[in-house]
Amino acid sequence: MQSKAETISAKKKYREPLARIAKRDAMPVLLSWGIRAAAVLLSLIVSAVVIYSITTMNPLKVYGAMFEGAFGSQRKIWITVRDTMSLLCIGIALAPAFKMRFWNIGAEGQVLVGGIATAACMIYLGDVLPTYALFIVMIVSSCLAGALWGAIPALFKSRWGTNETLFTLMMNYVAIQITSYCVALWENPYGSNYVGIINPRTKAGWFPEVFGKQYMLNVIIVLTLAVGMFIYLRSTKHGYEISVVGQSENTARYAGINVGKVFVRTMLISGAVAGLTGFIAVSGSSHTISVNTAGGRGFTAIIVAWMAKFNTLTMMLISLLLIFLEKGANEIASNFGLNDFASQIITGIILFFIIGSEFFINYRIIWRKKIREAV
Amino acid sequence: MEQQTAIRMQNITKNFGQVLANHNVSIDIRKGEILSLLGENGSGKTTLMNMLSGIYYPDAGKIYVNGEAVSIRSPEDAFACGIGMIHQHFKLIDVFTAAENVVLGLHGKDANLKNAVSRIRDICEKYGFEMDPSQKVYNMSVSQKQTLEIIKVLYRGADILILDEPTAVLTPQETEHLFQVIRNMKKAGKAVVIITHKLHEVLSVSDRVAILRRGEYIDTVATADATVQSLAEMMVGKKITLNIERPPVQNPKKCIEVKGLTVESQDGVRLLDDISFTANSGEILGIAGISGCGQKELLESIAGLQKVSAGTSILYTAPDTEVSVELVGKNPKQIREMGISLSFVPEDRLGMGLVGAMGMTDNMMLKNYRRGRTPFAERGEPRKLAEKIREELEVATPGINVPVRRLSGGNVQKVLVGREIAAAPTVLMTAYAVRGLDIHTSYTIYHLLNEQKKAGVAVIYVGEDLDVLLELCDRILVLCAGHVNGILDGASATKEEIGMLMTHLQKEGSSDAK
Repeated sequence: MQSKAETISAKKKYREPLARIAKRDAMPVLLSWGIRAAAVLLSLIVSAVVIYSITTMNPLKVYGAMFEGAFGSQRKIWITVRDTMSLLCIGIALAPAFKMRFWNIGAEGQVLVGGIATAACMIYLGDVLPTYALFIVMIVSSCLAGALWGAIPALFKSRWGTNETLFTLMMNYVAIQITSYCVALWENPYGSNYVGIINPRTKAGWFPEVFGKQYMLNVIIVLTLAVGMFIYLRSTKHGYEISVVGQSENTARYAGINVGKVFVRTMLISGAVAGLTGFIAVSGSSHTISVNTAGGRGFTAIIVAWMAKFNTLTMMLISLLLIFLEKGANEIASNFGLNDFASQIITGIILFFIIGSEFFINYRIIWRKKIREAV
Repeated sequence: MEQQTAIRMQNITKNFGQVLANHNVSIDIRKGEILSLLGENGSGKTTLMNMLSGIYYPDAGKIYVNGEAVSIRSPEDAFACGIGMIHQHFKLIDVFTAAENVVLGLHGKDANLKNAVSRIRDICEKYGFEMDPSQKVYNMSVSQKQTLEIIKVLYRGADILILDEPTAVLTPQETEHLFQVIRNMKKAGKAVVIITHKLHEVLSVSDRVAILRRGEYIDTVATADATVQSLAEMMVGKKITLNIERPPVQNPKKCIEVKGLTVESQDGVRLLDDISFTANSGEILGIAGISGCGQKELLESIAGLQKVSAGTSILYTAPDTEVSVELVGKNPKQIREMGISLSFVPEDRLGMGLVGAMGMTDNMMLKNYRRGRTPFAERGEPRKLAEKIREELEVATPGINVPVRRLSGGNVQKVLVGREIAAAPTVLMTAYAVRGLDIHTSYTIYHLLNEQKKAGVAVIYVGEDLDVLLELCDRILVLCAGHVNGILDGASATKEEIGMLMTHLQKEGSSDAK
């Protein structure tokens, strides 16, 4: 023991650690956004190096193609906008649940059941009801379906303390199976295993053009939801309850809040908005239903919600960024004959830098040299 | 034995963000002495010692062990230098035996369990510990766990022992035993540092006292030359009176009457067993007991947060109308809706009484955010209240919307107590209301409680410092393992009497004096 002690202390004499990490106090907002911007810039530089070393192509050209892919034409711009809205809408759905620290990773399923409900209305009621009534029925049924999907795990959690992460995840698979069944039920033409475009001639249940733009209604609905959810979470009594429950269930009980009730109520809302996303996806963009209607956006939206720290207004920016990356990646994949992986590397690098920059916003690093100077 | 310097800390500085935890602190620790490190909460005592035990690394300054400059970068380095620290929160594995915990993390010969058992026995004999090496940790009392932590450090060959607030969790009897052990270690030539803020303990055990105030080193004095008053003044930096007043009880009326309160845990263990007592308005009822023997359940039962067994009755009598209502089976919201203003300052301030991530304003509305008929939460009144509390109780915060978890412990408690008193309660329950607070804030809290008492509120004060309980409370209920082990008169009871009742369960019906 003694000899060991001596060797260690002799060896480590005066050797200060190379770098240490210390938590920062709150940083000015401008500076923190500056760091994030720098992270994006840096990620582009690193990506450029990676692109060049893998493909020996001019990185600027590749970036140009990415931009082209997302914003190259009127049509591409609107597709980008449409997909941004659909991702944003799921992010909005997740916001209240996540704010409550209720890990709803079942948005995928909630979107699907909302889509099924919408498709069913279009198929069975498309020729029966007048347009306004059809839309009311579609909206209500898609919301109800999504709300049901969201509220079941919440009910179990509040009654029996089940784990909502696993439960909402498993509800996704149920939704996918139901969708497969419905696709088989409604397939058109028979034997194709696709539902095909619903009501192609009458366009019953399709979103109308607004201001002459096909997807303008999508934008209006989703942006309204974003602002509405922002106000709901920030200024209402419900929003206050959600924050308290999310921070500490004990405090909530102490304050006389019925925690189980808040779980169920909030998941009804979260599920309903996700169901509404399904309605927008079916009625407002694809006009068909398949197991890919949600397309993994239910999971991507989790990243959106976290990166925006559950602020639905910030989510607009993040959704746009992610969709831009997706579109750009597809473009370079097809334009340069690269496969998907090259573009996914770029997406990965950019996200890594953006998320990593949060570390530098919250912590600072003290290097060894600096300590010497201080002495 | 002429005293040699074991450790010299020179010009140590440590920052956490903007907070200067230690600034240019220099102290000596000598072999064969007991040094008290005295200071209020947040004065940097623990931070300073954590730099010796390898938890933190100083931003500036040098540490010498036995005259040699060293850099201590990890707890292993600290052990290699012969430094061992016993932290406030024990770091033991519950399902392991004492011996297994001792050898955990060691290698070679030191890790041999058979060897260890006999060496542990030797250590126990040498210093006067009582410890069965094969006892599992989950069967140990708090004081046994502490003993085990000390043995762990001695087993690793530490010559310099640092104990962080070792008496915070002990009864008076256990404290005396610990001090005896520490004196034995001193005789064996070890250097012992005790981090504390309890003045009478400093005087009874240590040879020298080093005082820190707000991260600055103030002075080191020989204990023989110090008094409670002189130490307190050095610690706080100004003259203070250390008396707690106890205004006479005026016009006491039955307010809360608890009968046959029984609470069982989910496993069917009785946490509270047939508790009966009365809390009167205009009186402070103290509740003493070893931590975790039913205090939490008792207060939460009254507050409507705890499920109680059948046969329990908690009767509330309104002071003005003298109408009695039963509180059992009501939740906090229902109790409030019956027009009863029952305030509760729970032990877990940020985990139950407040929302740490929210600012003062949002915390003010925690219990009455439902006010108003619109679906929108009204923040005007809470904001005014927050401003008022910030001003009247001198809450140090950068702004009323800064998350309260960023405030110091004392300021967090001021926010919580301020809100609970602002609700104009008829019953005020506090659990460990001054734990972790500096002297000044503690006396502010005592004063506020006395103000409430004078205003005719029934105050229930769960405390751990027996000296304070004896000075402040009119009656003291002693809990022992979920039983009422006696209710004593605050003015005539003694510390030893309460200490006895805390640890030794009385037989049925022997002490129900009042």
